[in-house]
Amino acid sequence: MASIDAAQARTIRRTRIDWTPYWTGAGIGILSWVVFAVADDPLGITTALSAIAGFAAMPFIGAEAVWRNSYWAQDVPSLSYGSLFLVGVMLGALAASLSARQFRIEAVPATWRRRFGGSVTRRFIAAFLGGAVEMYGARLAGGCASGHGISGTLQLALSSWVFTILFFATAILVGSYLFGEGRVRP
Amino acid sequence: MTLPVTGMALLPLGVLFGFVFGWLLQRARLTDTEVIIGQLRLADYTLLKMMVTAIVVGGVGVFFLHSGGLAAYHIKPANVLAVAVGGVLFGVGMAIYGYCPGTGLAATATGSLHALVGVIGMLAGAIAFAFSFDWIKTAILPVAALGTVRLPELTGIPDLAWFAGLVVVAALSLHALERRRRD
Repeated sequence: MASIDAAQARTIRRTRIDWTPYWTGAGIGILSWVVFAVADDPLGITTALSAIAGFAAMPFIGAEAVWRNSYWAQDVPSLSYGSLFLVGVMLGALAASLSARQFRIEAVPATWRRRFGGSVTRRFIAAFLGGAVEMYGARLAGGCASGHGISGTLQLALSSWVFTILFFATAILVGSYLFGEGRVRP
Repeated sequence: MTLPVTGMALLPLGVLFGFVFGWLLQRARLTDTEVIIGQLRLADYTLLKMMVTAIVVGGVGVFFLHSGGLAAYHIKPANVLAVAVGGVLFGVGMAIYGYCPGTGLAATATGSLHALVGVIGMLAGAIAFAFSFDWIKTAILPVAALGTVRLPELTGIPDLAWFAGLVVVAALSLHALERRRRD
């Protein structure tokens, strides 16, 4: 009977809802309460990462040049809460992937391979350049998808909403151009 | 114990809070670049669902903590030119890299070698930024600098109305998008 079919279809549709993004999102929201109240330092990645970049630059340009630099002078490279947070992010993701048996060595992801071929060199060059451009943009704006995209937007900061809307729109445009329908078999 | 925690006592908490964040990013499948690319191709809305939920749950809680004097706001300045150009560069980089900085770092720990290469690229980008900072500071940051502005003060629309509006807009558009995809 048609009415039963419709009811069954509704049930199937309901059971198809994947709640994972919602409960993980709620978890990150609750984590935000804790870090605001306890650490007084919102969730973020790139501010600490740029301090670490100061250390990474030392062998090439010397410690003197790093300490003299006007940017690192305001964000001193140090063993800080922020850099330990990054260590924690890696440990947490490692533990989660191991416990879910999802730890997997990946050099060229499948969608990239279908569009640009299996060359590891090509994928690595793109990842390096993409990461560099992304980081430059994040530092110019003063935050990334975490610092602006979650911590800033949840404080209803104008800067964070401008950044987040623009980065999302740009990433969708460029991503659809690179990997969109017709270019990649679904 | 007084809040916020400061000094050496804060350091182990950095590892702990980071651990929870990294764990949740992996569980949300955002350490899988296919999920990020799927969002950019508008085929998989995991990233947007996670972010909107985090913004609403986090925002309402932090609003009440702030009202009760238990949390301070950390508003990044609206240097509109820098933020806009930065957002566009970030979007271009993210589409090519296939990760944002947090998910790239987390994905590195789940075995993604190209994510690791991108993290090294990010360090290079940060070094490039540090060396162009003097010019950025005088030429870019002061353009259309509106200060540490919040939307409620700018518009007169109260905080909780923003979150309610965000829930309604997100729920309606996600519902419409998912239905279109299933039919």
